[in-house]
Amino acid sequence: MSAIDLWLGRHRDTAADLPGADLPWLARLREDAIDRFADEGWPTTRRENWRHTSLAFMAQQALAVREAAAPEAVVAALRARYQAARGAAQDAAQQGAESAPELVHNDGHWVVFVDGHFAPALSAIGGLPGGVRIGSLADALGQIPEAVEAAFGQAGDGEAPAALNAALAADGAWIRLGRGVAVEPPIHLVFIGATVADQHLRNLVVAEAGAQATIVEHYPAGAAGSTLTTAVTRVIAAQDSHVTHLKLQQEAPEAIHLATIEAEQARGAVFASHSLSFGARLARNDIRTRLAGEGAEALLNGLYHADGRRHVDHHTRIDHARPQGTSREFYRGLLDGSARGVFTGRILVAQDAQRTDAMQRCDNLLLSRLAEADARPELEIYADDVKCAHGATVGQLDEDALFYLRSRGVDAVHARQLLTYAFAAEVLERIAHAPLRALGRAALLERLPEGARLEELL
Amino acid sequence: MLKINNLHAAIDGKDILKGLDLEVADGEVHAIMGPNGSGKSTLAQVLAGRETFTVTDGSVDWDGTDLLALPAEERARAGLFLAFQYPVEIPGVSNAYFLKAAVNAVRRHRGLPEYDAMDFLARVKAEMKAVGMKEEFLYRSVNEGFSGGEKKRNEVLQMALLEPRLAVLDETDSGLDIDALKIVAEGVNRLRSPERSMIVITHYQRLLDYIVPDKVHVLSQGRIVRSGGRELALELEEHGYGWIDAAQGGKAGGASAGARP
Ligand SMILES: Nc1ncnc2c1ncn2[C@@H]1O[C@H](COP(=O)(O)OP(=O)(O)OP(=O)(O)O)[C@@H](O)[C@H]1O
Ligand SMILES: [Mg+2]
Repeated sequence: MSAIDLWLGRHRDTAADLPGADLPWLARLREDAIDRFADEGWPTTRRENWRHTSLAFMAQQALAVREAAAPEAVVAALRARYQAARGAAQDAAQQGAESAPELVHNDGHWVVFVDGHFAPALSAIGGLPGGVRIGSLADALGQIPEAVEAAFGQAGDGEAPAALNAALAADGAWIRLGRGVAVEPPIHLVFIGATVADQHLRNLVVAEAGAQATIVEHYPAGAAGSTLTTAVTRVIAAQDSHVTHLKLQQEAPEAIHLATIEAEQARGAVFASHSLSFGARLARNDIRTRLAGEGAEALLNGLYHADGRRHVDHHTRIDHARPQGTSREFYRGLLDGSARGVFTGRILVAQDAQRTDAMQRCDNLLLSRLAEADARPELEIYADDVKCAHGATVGQLDEDALFYLRSRGVDAVHARQLLTYAFAAEVLERIAHAPLRALGRAALLERLPEGARLEELL
Repeated sequence: MLKINNLHAAIDGKDILKGLDLEVADGEVHAIMGPNGSGKSTLAQVLAGRETFTVTDGSVDWDGTDLLALPAEERARAGLFLAFQYPVEIPGVSNAYFLKAAVNAVRRHRGLPEYDAMDFLARVKAEMKAVGMKEEFLYRSVNEGFSGGEKKRNEVLQMALLEPRLAVLDETDSGLDIDALKIVAEGVNRLRSPERSMIVITHYQRLLDYIVPDKVHVLSQGRIVRSGGRELALELEEHGYGWIDAAQGGKAGGASAGARP
């Protein structure tokens, strides 16, 4: 059972042993957070932000764990895949004769968490430029608690699952990028639930002025069974910093994944979020960024695929608080079986945010008659000099294109797969980092029946 | 040999083809002309296997095969090719991928080895050069953002790569400038051979200066109402279709056996 009492009990039992338990601000924050969760409970469709996704079932949901592959094997497989993706990207670059400097680097930094705790033995953090720290939140709480406090967030942030996360998370990544440094190879964060039924991660990224990095969150299929993952990732992007965040969620089909990604952008900061949501029985991502300084730029890019009776919900919010901000938001969904995809795109343009340029699109492809998609833009504009465009579609494959392909000898099944892939792949094109783009492509092809056949030809 | 007999086709309960007869022998090139909306593209699409049209009567025999019984992809693999009047844009699918998928599907069916990446690229580049297409069109999405003429060249490129036994060109000359018209016509003429038949749908006699047809047919209101040699095209150019409609009166089908040149 995962009724509220279970979680209150969990908090009571673990609070004293959590990293940072001796820090008054944190102990207080965790208390406040669990109180908030007790008060709000699992969200139901009665809540405005949960109109199409209810977590009421969580109260009866048994959380069980069946051990699956060993974490060592999961990490090895993931790294091998990334190597293969780099190879593919390299081949493509050679074919197109384009220069791709990121390809010459090693395969990046790997920070692995098993069952919600940093696993140093499985991690591989390479040499880092001065001013950069990549490690565990638990360690950072012990060593530099003031810095963590400034980035940790509040008990009232986000939705109820984020509060549960604040109360229970023992660890996560702590990434600090010093002024003006660029970390070229991606920083991979890997989260594997191996022997526990629930894991709670909190990742904090602090990018100082002009810093640059790409951070990838991997949620590979870990333990089977109804595992619950809550994850909160906070990005504080100082002036003119560039932070790219990519999340590849491929959890087991029984898993429940509740995540928040929250960014705060100072003047001229550039933040890109790519959410590739392919796994889990229920996945909810609350993705939010606040353009708190003038001339900040945000890209929220996402692709989801669900089949069977799975459910995926992206609830996004872009706050344009200051002038001359630019935001681009592109989501695409593939929904098969009797799956349901939900997208909400909230854009708030404050009175002060003149000359905001915001654009949002969400397009869904229904691959079966029982699949469902809801795409809802929510624009609130208080400034008068703004460019703001939005559009949402829910549709089927283009019959003309299908016939065109068939008239060239391509069989109907292959033609459907090809058009489905093409529809989804447009999202991947926005991932600037070629090996990560290739990794996303491989993950997408895995989701499509006959994906291997497409891959041969691509 | 293609034998179309009394073909009737409808869409949304509306009859478009109303008893069309046509025979095209191996190695022959037939031109079909006719007013807008007379059913030319419908005929082309029905031959290619488009299911949105319902064949309500008649038959199509192609070298002893019941063409109408085959799904579109099998017709293509068996060597039927339709150059679309309005080629379809496919965002996100590169032209290179599309061409390779098509060529290999057809080659597989014919028992030929599939091309590997290098051989395919060499072949496609040679053909592109012949139809005056720059290599960059390989890496763009299929027809997306192509100009009218570029789309038509892409159709001719596909035809050249797929080496069909029967090619139906639906207004492949529309929207082409004079130079492009010549290039396209050369592409078609290069493919002419004793085994290969072609049906060329056009509104302009000009094309037939370059692709000299064995026969010319006039399609009107869903039937072939007149057949003749090259000179029929010249007559049509001069007088339009009015005189045919007037001459046909109520007994349109009669001319399908047509005067031979
Ligand atoms: N999808 C459709 N739905 C309804 N009517 C259709 C459809 N497709 C074709 N038609 C109708 O069928 C008739 C024949 O159309 P078709 O495209 O075959 O003409 P066409 O001879 O190729 O004309 P054009 O010279 O203008 O290309 C027209 O009246 C057209 O409106
Ligand atoms: Mg037409």
